[in-house]
Amino acid sequence: MLELRNITKRFGDVLANDRVSFKVVPGTIHAIVGENGAGKSTAMRIAYGFYTPDGGEILINDQVRAIRTPHDAIALGVGMVHQHFMLVEPMTVAENIVLGAEPGSAASLDLRQAADEIRKLSDEFKLSVDPKAIIETLSVGQQQRVELLKALYRHAQLLILDEPTAVLTPQEVDEFFAILRRMREQGKTIVIITHKLSEVLAISDNVTVMRDGRVVGDLKTAATNAAELARLMVGREVLLRVEKPDAKAGASVLGVRDLSIVSRDGTKRVDGVSLEVRAGEIVGIAGVEGNGQTELIEALAGLIPSSHVSGEITFGGRDITRLDARKRKELGIAHVPEDRHRRGLLLDFSLAENTILGIHYRKPAVSGNGILLDERGIRQRAEQVIRDFDVRPPNPMLPARSLSGGNQQKLIIGREFELPPKLLLVSQPTRGVDIGAIEFIHRKIVAMRDGGCAVLLVSAELEEVTALADRLLVVHNGQIVGEVDPKVATSEDIGLMMTGGKRS
Amino acid sequence: MHFDLRVRKISDQNQRPKTKDPGSKIVMKLLREILFPLIAVIAAFIVGGIIVLIIGDSPIQTYRLLIGSAFSWPDGIGYTLFYATPLIFTGLAVAVAFRCGLLNIGAEGQLYIGAFATAWVGIKLAGTSAWILLPLCCLVAIVGGAIWGGIPGLLKARFGSHEVINTIMLNFIAVALVSYFTQYHYKVPGDPILQTTTIGPTAHIARLGKFIPGLPERIPLNVAFILAIIACAFVYVLLWKTKWGYEIRATGANPSAAEYGGISIRKQIILAMAISGGLAGMVGINEVLGYRYRYYDGFSANYGFVGIAVALLGRNHPVGVFLAAILFAILLRGGIFVDAYTVHVSKDIVDMLQGIVIVFVAAEAAFRGPIKKFGLMRRAKV
Amino acid sequence: MRQIFTISLLFSTIRLATPLVLAAIGGLYSERSGVINIALEGLMLAGAFAAASITFYAHNSWIGLLAAMVAGAMVAYIIALACIRFKADQVVTGTGINIMFIGLPAVLSGALFLSSGSTPQIPKENLLPTLNHLLPSFLPQWRIITEISIISLFALIFVFITRYVLYRTPFGLRLRAVGENPEAADAAGVSVNRLRYIGVLLSGVFAGIGGAYLSIGQSSLFTRNMTAGRGFIALAALIFGKWRPVQTMLACLLFGFADALTIQLQGVPVSEGFLRSAVFVAGLLVTMFIVYQLSFIRARAVRIGIGLIIGVALGLTIGYFGVRGIGQMELPVQFIQMIPYIVTIIVLAGFIGQSRAPRALGTAYQKER
Repeated sequence: MLELRNITKRFGDVLANDRVSFKVVPGTIHAIVGENGAGKSTAMRIAYGFYTPDGGEILINDQVRAIRTPHDAIALGVGMVHQHFMLVEPMTVAENIVLGAEPGSAASLDLRQAADEIRKLSDEFKLSVDPKAIIETLSVGQQQRVELLKALYRHAQLLILDEPTAVLTPQEVDEFFAILRRMREQGKTIVIITHKLSEVLAISDNVTVMRDGRVVGDLKTAATNAAELARLMVGREVLLRVEKPDAKAGASVLGVRDLSIVSRDGTKRVDGVSLEVRAGEIVGIAGVEGNGQTELIEALAGLIPSSHVSGEITFGGRDITRLDARKRKELGIAHVPEDRHRRGLLLDFSLAENTILGIHYRKPAVSGNGILLDERGIRQRAEQVIRDFDVRPPNPMLPARSLSGGNQQKLIIGREFELPPKLLLVSQPTRGVDIGAIEFIHRKIVAMRDGGCAVLLVSAELEEVTALADRLLVVHNGQIVGEVDPKVATSEDIGLMMTGGKRS
Repeated sequence: MHFDLRVRKISDQNQRPKTKDPGSKIVMKLLREILFPLIAVIAAFIVGGIIVLIIGDSPIQTYRLLIGSAFSWPDGIGYTLFYATPLIFTGLAVAVAFRCGLLNIGAEGQLYIGAFATAWVGIKLAGTSAWILLPLCCLVAIVGGAIWGGIPGLLKARFGSHEVINTIMLNFIAVALVSYFTQYHYKVPGDPILQTTTIGPTAHIARLGKFIPGLPERIPLNVAFILAIIACAFVYVLLWKTKWGYEIRATGANPSAAEYGGISIRKQIILAMAISGGLAGMVGINEVLGYRYRYYDGFSANYGFVGIAVALLGRNHPVGVFLAAILFAILLRGGIFVDAYTVHVSKDIVDMLQGIVIVFVAAEAAFRGPIKKFGLMRRAKV
Repeated sequence: MRQIFTISLLFSTIRLATPLVLAAIGGLYSERSGVINIALEGLMLAGAFAAASITFYAHNSWIGLLAAMVAGAMVAYIIALACIRFKADQVVTGTGINIMFIGLPAVLSGALFLSSGSTPQIPKENLLPTLNHLLPSFLPQWRIITEISIISLFALIFVFITRYVLYRTPFGLRLRAVGENPEAADAAGVSVNRLRYIGVLLSGVFAGIGGAYLSIGQSSLFTRNMTAGRGFIALAALIFGKWRPVQTMLACLLFGFADALTIQLQGVPVSEGFLRSAVFVAGLLVTMFIVYQLSFIRARAVRIGIGLIIGVALGLTIGYFGVRGIGQMELPVQFIQMIPYIVTIIVLAGFIGQSRAPRALGTAYQKER
């Protein structure tokens, strides 16, 4: 049905796809797995016409086709559901579905006909949704159904799904798989891009493994297992073990009591969370992204307006719930944000200027008179951070933008760790970071702990959080659903808790 | 099934380090900073020249008049620097606001308020000693402009309403307000010209002709020009050498990160707009205290709007603003000449050229990297 | 007081609102597709100048109108090119165009007509016709109605056509999608940039017509900077009207009314009674506005109700006790001139909070290809 032959694609210096070739058999569910940056999304976006390849060709039904825009792809029967939904929020379901292929004439949009056709498809594939509903009001699962209907409405024979289960609840995942199986029965071909091996093994017929832009394996699912797939995906021994002595926990540093956070649109993101972090210990929070961890950390750092926060946050016994971010930092709370580009760095500023973000109004950034910046002090501090945290290239005058992801992260971590803090809030510390930097960062976190710092660590990487944490809390739907001992708990147990099936 | 391998999601595509040599990057950056504005100006002049050709005059002769008239001594240079003074003030005003991610289209209104305020004090306290009155008048010009700039800042910080529309509206309001006061309260009775009575002699600022040999005092170039240079230095020090400037620049560069760094975005918006307004208000010092010694309704030759072009061309940096202001002042000076000495071309060609320069510079600026989008300011609040 | 609220005020309003409606509807097409159009002012000037000049030569206002549309489209094309293709900052580009058109028409008219910025007077027969011409035998008492220009009628029709186009045609659907979420539109196979070009060009055409109305409909020549900020007011009306056609038209009528009032009140002595009413209304509106902002009261209806009650009470009190013994006074024209602008600021502060702007407004669409 679909074949990629020697597809190559560059983005600047980065070779995203390197002579990628594989075949998708019609009427099957085909999985493409790999780590992030492996190139799976890129390859499929090329097949959908979002990108044009630098080399290679695409074959649809054994014929070479030029696919230059999504329009071409749609005309050839290829549909794609993206990881981040491509829906126009203030418009209705029907309007979103027919966009680009509107029924009626150029002078008149026939929405009634649209609604009829949508209902037909809904029934055929058991994708129930109200054509008149406004996208904004729908749940994630419902929105995904709209996306599927969009592709089906355009008579897609091949459906490409990019990380479709990333934000679904387990119940929704089961329903989703049922839908996929139904589509396969109807003769559709499905390509599913995912990193969840359990799902690959559950639903796919064939699987292609990609790593660093290349195809490293092409197998029948029935003939393989998770271990083999994992090994192909990562190319090295999979489990990370961090050498760490046992924790010597001291006094309680952070106390959170019955914390609830409401987001700007009114939904409750964090629901009555209570926890405690003591000096000299690392408390990990495990959970699927989007279950309130982001909001929790931001609230603890003081970045959420107090009108949205209820409950109590104490630091060293003192109530800090109403304190702003600056005062919290002064008290000794440091924050490594999960999105380093959005929150953590001023990309166009120099490394030196980034090093003082957050402490730019006091010593050592500011000179004696309290107003002028102390250039020498800033430079010295920057050099210290760069040295202690192995930031490369070690030139404090470079713009932060020119550093790689790993080095940017090390800079941020260095900046926060050198405060020095009494409490560390760390979120996704090794996201998009190369393996050498990952190990370095892990060691530094443990070193901080051993120095008496209290650490609250949030990570979507289960390995990371189980390896580093002394105590592990699992979060789901804005609540702490349980605490486990990371040394003994199995990934299965934790995974179950993360997806809502309580255990502890 | 033992585990689920979760993959690291990256928030940026650039995992691998850039291989280019950092030193050459800085040189290239500087070159681009100077080159692109230059290209824009040249392109604008070419287009302008074509239009001149179409309407029947010689572009070369026109440009020679336009630019050449600025370099004679004492009149050319004297008047050019005099025209440059308000442009430096408004250029700095727009530049400071821009550094905070704000577009101040209201410099025109702010300068009118500042000018009137300073004239008002000069009239009301006419007898007071110069030691008190002069600094007071200068201060009032700044404060008046700062308040008028602070209002849209406040509106944006509190209500999120866009500073572009608000500043434009305040321009109209300022013009009407000031015109009202002039007409009904401070006009010389019987005088048909819409201007106020004169300010007291102790409020006069000296013409530079007093200090520079060969420069007659009839040329209005005055101490305000020196103040403009000082303002340039002040803005430079403020933005790059003080903690306040760091906060302003950080807010403009990345409001989310600034917020993370403990900076109050709302405070920065108000502060930046107030400083911006204050700078614009200083135009009044040049105009009222140094030139006409009264408030003359409608004196501004679009200084506020040209200030936008000056800031843009000058890359929002005091040195660039200074140079760009000189350039536009040359055009202003030349415009008068061109008006008198050519058949078809009038001084309106200057407005036209200014507009073309802005459009070209705006299009060039797109190559430079992400331009701050206003929407981001609101998203900084969770 | 009766002198003020005559029927002529109503028709003045329509006359003054017409160019606003045209420019605002033009702006709507552009902004709904995601491109901020600050240059409505300059586009109107371009249209006004083109209309005046061409009509003078051709002795025919319809050709002049056509010229205005073409001129508007051409200038809009420059904006579109800069902002869509070269990703220039939309506000800055628009400002540049506005500044350019303060001078350019004067330069051209200097060459064509040897004048200092105005075009020569156009005889009445050649101006855009009023309804008079369609219905010449209409009753003379109703003269005042038929003094309305045909263009005003067109403007009204355009508004409703726009509403239909925007919500009931595929083009409108795609336009809106492009302005809200260009990636989604692109993923659906819609050409984002092409639609934005069309949106901007349409804004040029409509703003051009608005300008033409000013020079060859309402008056008989072009003068330097004759739009006097109308382009910006049209933009404010667009925001006030939440980017919806009919609401925008109503906003334009509001501004037209304020403008008409300005003219009516010039030099007319103002009675105590009138001043009282004005203070009352002002007090009421301001109070309602402030109370509406008190977000700790959740229910909107409750807020409006409370605001109404307090506002009436406050307004009556201040109006009665505060305004005494003034007798007859002349209201300075500048204060009335300020009213539309102050209203805009207040409205913006009050309404923009519930931002219904097209979500992708102001950002150029980037794609890694």
